[in-house]
Amino acid sequence: MPTRREFVKASTAAALWAVGCRKKTSANRVVKIGYVGPFSGSLAAFTEPDAFVLGRIRRAIAGGLVINGQLHPVEIIGKDSRSDPNRAAEVASELIQRSNVDILVTAHTPETVSPVSDQAEINEVPCVTTDAPWQPYFFGRGGKADEGFDWTYHFFWGADQLVDVYTNMWDTVETNRVVGALWGNDNDGNAFGDPVTGFPPVFAARGFKLVDSGRFQLDINDFSSQIGAFKRANVEILTGVLPPPGFATFWSQAAQQGFRPKVVTIAKALLFPAAVESIGPRGDKLTTEVWWSPHHPFRSTLTGQNAAELCADYMRETAKPWTPPLGFKHALFDVAIDVLKRVKDIDSPESIIEAVRATNTSTVVGQVAWRGKPVRNVCTTPLVGGQWVRGEDGRYSLKIVNNKHAEEIPVETGLQPIDYSGA
Amino acid sequence: MKAFLDSILSGVLLGSLYGLFASGLSLVFGVMRLVNVAHGDFIVLAAFLALAFLHITGIASPFLMLVILIPLMFVLGYLLQRGVLNPALGPDILRPVLITFGLSVIVQNGLQQAFSADSQKLQGGRIETASIPLPDGLAIGTFPLLTLVVAVALIGLLQWILYRTKLGRALRATSDDLSTAGLMGVNTPHLFGIAAGLAMVTVAVAGVFTGIRASFDASAGPAWLIFAFEAVIIGGLGSLWGTLAGGIILGIAQAIGAYLSPAWQMLAGHVVFLIALMFFPRGLFPRRSE
Repeated sequence: MPTRREFVKASTAAALWAVGCRKKTSANRVVKIGYVGPFSGSLAAFTEPDAFVLGRIRRAIAGGLVINGQLHPVEIIGKDSRSDPNRAAEVASELIQRSNVDILVTAHTPETVSPVSDQAEINEVPCVTTDAPWQPYFFGRGGKADEGFDWTYHFFWGADQLVDVYTNMWDTVETNRVVGALWGNDNDGNAFGDPVTGFPPVFAARGFKLVDSGRFQLDINDFSSQIGAFKRANVEILTGVLPPPGFATFWSQAAQQGFRPKVVTIAKALLFPAAVESIGPRGDKLTTEVWWSPHHPFRSTLTGQNAAELCADYMRETAKPWTPPLGFKHALFDVAIDVLKRVKDIDSPESIIEAVRATNTSTVVGQVAWRGKPVRNVCTTPLVGGQWVRGEDGRYSLKIVNNKHAEEIPVETGLQPIDYSGA
Repeated sequence: MKAFLDSILSGVLLGSLYGLFASGLSLVFGVMRLVNVAHGDFIVLAAFLALAFLHITGIASPFLMLVILIPLMFVLGYLLQRGVLNPALGPDILRPVLITFGLSVIVQNGLQQAFSADSQKLQGGRIETASIPLPDGLAIGTFPLLTLVVAVALIGLLQWILYRTKLGRALRATSDDLSTAGLMGVNTPHLFGIAAGLAMVTVAVAGVFTGIRASFDASAGPAWLIFAFEAVIIGGLGSLWGTLAGGIILGIAQAIGAYLSPAWQMLAGHVVFLIALMFFPRGLFPRRSE
């Protein structure tokens, strides 16, 4: 039977040993980047480019990185969040506690980014994230505009840019300016639909009349009541944020019930080419926001490639169409490697986060630098408007139709209203 | 009033799809007292198989895929039952449930590996968007109407098999008293296989119809399973017409909920399910023999 004193001694020794490990003070030790992503589950489509991107990044840093005059091998440890926020927090904590990673990176929706960032903040581990609108990332985690966070930094666009892009697009088409909204009962839908901080006040200011059908559960199979409300109000512009199956159901029912809006601008459901193709011919002329495309005139610091070259390589090697997460995933690791190169003392998390704060690097999604705007921990990337256009062969391509918000990205064609003559 | 009628109508049509989901679950439970947690995932599997056959054969109509899919799913159901589930059946009802839970995980992950995580849809052609005008400006979607007709026909067929054929008599006898049916010379393992095969036929039809109605991805199964469960419980365990009625009640409840407020659509369905469970624990249409 161990005495209490023995137990105290043993646990003190264990604690000291753990602290020793945490310090990681050997020269030329392996530097670890921990990466959490939704590899499986409902968000898995976001991580489809992972194998390609990680392969490239690993090749680019195969010889190790020179950090403050010392050559260090670099290891990227990936963990699956299974599209579950709780699981994301769990694996992030595993990466911090057990793998002793030097820097955490993560991406794809607030459901992944926020829990991982929270773990990093509590454990004081540097963390860089992307691909989640910044308002839910920042305010959703209890961020205060004047204080911000110490250990977690994020680059992506925000809801303010989104509504600006949407209204800019709608201004270019002749309509009655009546907007029907499909905002579901989730993070995004509630944020967009908020009568004070969401889209409604912007719509009003820009002269659009809003018909909000109310928050609905995202897994509903019947949209008749919404369609009825839109038809009665003579809605000509439809907007909303919902997942691909929900929109596919809505769009079929809209056709059955004779609801024919001139412009349809939907977030989330129209992000991936595969999702648009699955809608069939009725996906033609639908519009959405474009976070990234081969036409974005930006270059990676790490590989020297621009967006067009990266997309071309991706399509050649994987035989799949490019998607916006490809660019953001690439940029995320671009930033992480750039940070590590500039670190003064790799064994000090403070030194690493200092390097994060001082970031000013070019990536395929644009320049990343945290300059305190819109808040300390967020750097925004440009956003433009795009329209899916169906080619002769039935394949879809996303054309940039509005760049009023980011004029460095060229417009390919004008926005066209949906053509119902064949229906 | 017109909007309300419109809602009810689409609720009935949606409910018939739920009934279609649930009929296989109901059949398997009725005969084998087995709760198949992987039922929703099998429906997604059927939809993906239909998609794959469309690509391989180059035929445009997903409806024609049923010609291949129905026998294939029947065989799959038979083999799964005899090879995997029969050995687990016994006094412990938890074991087979756990096995179907495992099957659910395997099917979901297998589909994601094979077909990626992209959401897919079956292209039904013009029928998808066609509608039949009714008086007073109402319109009824052709495809949802077809779903209702098919659900009624399929359940009618199953009912005919159960109550008018020798096979059905054996199935009912096994359901009523397993050991006595065995003593009377009924080959119960084989019979269970047949029942699972028939359930998989309904799964094949449900897969194609859901795949045309909405898009699906590898992880869509569990959401569909919930509606199937609720339809079975509302309608009464093991009763096929009851199951269809249960599905339609669920659909109408959701439609009325949505009519009152979009936020209540799902909630209304779940509330009706709970009410049914509280006041009619054996379902609204329990089997007479029980």
